Amino acid sequence: MTGLRTALASAALLLGSAVGLAAATDGFAAFTTETARRVAVRRHPVELPAVTLESDAGTRFTLGDLRGRWLLVDFIYTRCPTVCSALGGDFAQLERELAGPIAQGRIRLVSLSFDPVHDTPARLAAYLGRFGARNAAWQAARPLTAEGLRRLTAAFGVTVIPDGAGGYTHSAAIHLVDPDGRLADIFDPGHPERISETVLGNLDP
Amino acid sequence: MTGERRSLPVLPAALLMLVSMVPAVRRSLEASMTAQMLVQLPLLVAVGWLASRAVPARVLARVERWNRSGISGLILATAVAAFWMLPRSLDASTSQPLVAAAKYLSVPLLIGLPIALSWRRMGFVVRGLILAELVATCFRLGWLYRISPIRLCSSYGLDDQQRLGGYLLAVGGGLLVWLGWKLLWGRFESPSTARLQEGRGYRQPVQTLHCRIPASAASIRSAPIRFPERKERATMAPSIEVIPTARSV
Repeated sequence: MTGLRTALASAALLLGSAVGLAAATDGFAAFTTETARRVAVRRHPVELPAVTLESDAGTRFTLGDLRGRWLLVDFIYTRCPTVCSALGGDFAQLERELAGPIAQGRIRLVSLSFDPVHDTPARLAAYLGRFGARNAAWQAARPLTAEGLRRLTAAFGVTVIPDGAGGYTHSAAIHLVDPDGRLADIFDPGHPERISETVLGNLDP
Repeated sequence: MTGERRSLPVLPAALLMLVSMVPAVRRSLEASMTAQMLVQLPLLVAVGWLASRAVPARVLARVERWNRSGISGLILATAVAAFWMLPRSLDASTSQPLVAAAKYLSVPLLIGLPIALSWRRMGFVVRGLILAELVATCFRLGWLYRISPIRLCSSYGLDDQQRLGGYLLAVGGGLLVWLGWKLLWGRFESPSTARLQEGRGYRQPVQTLHCRIPASAASIRSAPIRFPERKERATMAPSIEVIPTARSV
């Protein structure tokens, strides 16, 4: 009897833990916070907050002002020695590959700084220059308030941790914002060709 | 057993739990991936293990009816441990108070406690399996953390993850050495089995044990009996199953 009862209890526990773990990992698809946020965004695009930004040209705008276009957004800080260079390189390649729709005003690239105190418009412009940004369709911008920054990173699901040496450890990703101003997809850096393929597939003919 | 005697064993568990809940302590335990995985989680498992001493014998006997060889407890603990090994669970437990509370409750109660209650019921094979799997998990995770260029936890840096990887390899190695030592010079049998083998259990003239008497004596679920002498035991009817509770042995 003890054996039978144990078998029953074990079967129930196994079933329960399979269901529980499936629920905890979005059906065994997402084991990390980063993947989880991608899965969630694809299922339910996220409304973005209207946060006032200052561009590398010194003009003020919100992401909402850019509605009607597809936006590719990354989060950077200009002093970043590692990940942001990869992101900048990807954006430079995306700018080339998507030159057609960009010229038609259907796609914009936005690099948002999470280090607004240091990243003045001049430094943002220098960052763009470093990666050979060719025209105004690739902007860099910083939020004007700490609260604005907090709301932006929360909505995009970006984690930024000061590393104690003046730099940051941060999520590296390229975010796709749809023409309705919602965060619709998130990509790993390093494969810009996949991103341009997806974006071109999303464009109306 | 008096209530006073029973409440004392739970004291270390309660103290450990309270200390680990102090905000400053909790912050430092969650400040790095290394501290969270190698100090905080094992600490909470230990709380559950220590708390198992306070479980009344009657409850123990009930649980053991559903936990032959500790299998059910092992499955429960493994599943919950798997959940708390997910990077996103670790992240969430540092940023979301509800998940943090879930961690502080579930790790002691659903990992430490069931393991403690099941360990002494487990046979040699099951124990060996767990320990070997524990070593393998340490090596697998350690290796992954050492070589992964991707941060698995959003809350922690890559250097932290790689350092933890190194420590996990060391822990796995240490466990392996200990396991080897146990195999060569120690033993894995549960204390009751070992005592039976050495005949130590019989030297005590009378032992009061909680046992379960199935079938015919349905009205008597749990009663103290005299432990049979060795020669009596040989002639005992096989239908009477004597299950010594962990508390009494």
